[in-house]
Amino acid sequence: MDVALSKDDRAFAERMREFFTSEIPAEIRDRLARGEHPTREDVVTSQRILNAHQLAVPHWPLEWGGQEWTPVQRHLWAEEMTRAHVPHPIVFNTAMVGPVIATFGNQEVKERFLPATANADIWWSQGFSEPNAGSDLASLKTTAVRDGDEYVVNGQKTWTTLAQYGDWIFCLVRTDPSAQKQRGISFLLVDLRSPGVTVRPIQLIDGGHEVNEVFFEDVRVPADQLVGEENKGWTYAKFLLGNERTSNAGIGIIKNRILRIKRLAGPLLDDALFRARLTRLEVETAALEMSVLRVLAREHSLPPGTPDPVSSVLKLRGSELQQEASELLVDVLGPSALAYREDAAVPDGFAPLPEGAVDALPTYFNWRKASIYAGSNEVQRQIIAKAILKF
Amino acid sequence: MDLELTDEQRMLGETLAGLLEKKYDANARLALIESDLGWSRELWRQYAELGLLGLPFDEQYGGAGMGPGELAVVFEAFGRSLVLEPYLATVVLGGGLVAAAGSPEQKADLLPRVAAGELLLAFASTEARSRFSLTEIESTAVEDGAGWRVSGEKIAVLGGDSADTIVVSARTPSGAVGLFLVDGADVRRDPYRMQDGLRGADLLFDDTPAQALGVPDDGLAAIESVLDVATAALCAEAVGAMERALWLTVDYLKTRVQFGQPISVFQSLQHRAANMYVSLEQARSMALLARLALADDAVEQRRTMVRAAKLQVDLAARHVGQEAVQLHGGIGMTMEYPVGHYLKRLTVIGKTVADVDRLTELIGAAGGLVAPG
Repeated sequence: MDVALSKDDRAFAERMREFFTSEIPAEIRDRLARGEHPTREDVVTSQRILNAHQLAVPHWPLEWGGQEWTPVQRHLWAEEMTRAHVPHPIVFNTAMVGPVIATFGNQEVKERFLPATANADIWWSQGFSEPNAGSDLASLKTTAVRDGDEYVVNGQKTWTTLAQYGDWIFCLVRTDPSAQKQRGISFLLVDLRSPGVTVRPIQLIDGGHEVNEVFFEDVRVPADQLVGEENKGWTYAKFLLGNERTSNAGIGIIKNRILRIKRLAGPLLDDALFRARLTRLEVETAALEMSVLRVLAREHSLPPGTPDPVSSVLKLRGSELQQEASELLVDVLGPSALAYREDAAVPDGFAPLPEGAVDALPTYFNWRKASIYAGSNEVQRQIIAKAILKF
Repeated sequence: MDLELTDEQRMLGETLAGLLEKKYDANARLALIESDLGWSRELWRQYAELGLLGLPFDEQYGGAGMGPGELAVVFEAFGRSLVLEPYLATVVLGGGLVAAAGSPEQKADLLPRVAAGELLLAFASTEARSRFSLTEIESTAVEDGAGWRVSGEKIAVLGGDSADTIVVSARTPSGAVGLFLVDGADVRRDPYRMQDGLRGADLLFDDTPAQALGVPDDGLAAIESVLDVATAALCAEAVGAMERALWLTVDYLKTRVQFGQPISVFQSLQHRAANMYVSLEQARSMALLARLALADDAVEQRRTMVRAAKLQVDLAARHVGQEAVQLHGGIGMTMEYPVGHYLKRLTVIGKTVADVDRLTELIGAAGGLVAPG
């Protein structure tokens, strides 16, 4: 939405695009453009290049590698990265545990973890959800009991994204079972190689391995790996979850999907029904992008942590539009989308597969997650209802 | 880029809102609808005093030289109060066309009178078979000495009942769509109240004396650019109307007691209200895009964005308007209660300039909004 950006912001976006397309290896970007998942190596390589140019953690404090950018610039940084098919820095590192450590950790914890977190020397996983603590996160049951200089952790985390790549995990654990639900929770950093930690894959309906269960059995964790104060973990978790008001909109993802649809749709683009559906999707995406810019524009006037129901609009419609775009690509492929294939290879003499044949339906299935994670869309409606009905 | 209002724009909005809140309570509005004229001359004078009737015109023609931002502020306020005065017809459409296509003499003659509240205009374009096309028209214009003569029938002319001067589109001998000025006294009118309470008319031109507005064969470009402005204004008006319809609904949910409790405790209703809010905010974002787009010099790009805005707004308006009535239950169906009037205005906006299907087709034909690069 160039008309909604200042000249400086447009120039900034141009600079970002130039950097991403010239500095990140084309081999990695091509893979993502074809709808494939980045490998662990792709993500780490890309994050290290970004970090070497102070572009991995722009929203962190200056002294830990951040930039003094405006909210709009941060948004453009992320959008241009997506549009250039650059793997994003590990979100658990840069958007989650990093800001928590930088804001609430002591100097020792900061020095120990922040540089390695920015440079992807540590791959972090997120240990929040549990089998019985989903939308109702504060009902989590994993315990950490103080024993001398250590905590002893027992329990189970689930939906742990890419824990198979993880080196460390940041966990919400219950340190005071007698306190009220939210009060007895702490924020603890755990080395995934610790004895007693088991990571088990969960296979998702798309056939992929993206999430895991993580079991903790008498895992001994040094007490200096506690972030901030004991029993204040819920505050830090809320800070973490409220940090990004706009990233769940996924504008870049939707736009990339729309561009791919347009590239692959061929004669379908002249089909009135198909074109109408595509047009509506494009228009609502523009509306969502403008909503993102509106939220960013007033971010400076809202104190951090102030609920803004428009943020829930972004998550709600953003996830739905990401899903609609994935569905439309399936419609473009039609029968060609139906075979389950690990890759695009075909035996000699068979015609090459059309682009998207391998990934269209798995992506559609996979993306049903978007309206479930990060506060399900029903939770978002509840947040909005609460804000407008003031109950 | 400042996406928020300037202090001056905010003040303009507050001043106008203050005036409208005094004059436009539900009963006063119903009485106005029932009156002969259908709107308030007194308010029209006050709009003139506030400088609203010359808002977009150049200062040399008695205007305030203001832009899309101010116009959006005015229309949002109009939407909240469901204003009945023929502002869109006279200032945005009629005045806009004179400003865009008229000769310097025509502008100097007409615009100061519009700004002073002394002249009402209307734009007659739509015909029974044209639907939303500007070019599929059968009205014709022929030269007659120094002037022209126009023949044809126009329908759904907003403000056509009371306009002193009509700007009418007609096909010229060269086949182009031209614009002509016709004295209201020379036209046969079938005036009516529209479904939303605003006034309009069908107009019959039968070899009616006319004056070319500017260069006759250049009419279409002027019409299209003025309709861009009008579309952005309608988007803002719809956002104002949706906002008020939602707050009416929210208040009702909190006060209506059934089964011993306010019905706002029911989650099915909470989530429907939340969905209305989602539609409203997405529409608000696109109304903002529409007014920013008006500053874009690339005509095709601007037009596609403005159309996209109205598409989003119209879809939202249908959703919010229908749900507002549904969540009110029976009271929402009554003429006496305001919420149904919001549904009616929003519905008519949805069929003004272009509707959802037409907009979808036009945006799609232009290649959509998301382009590589």
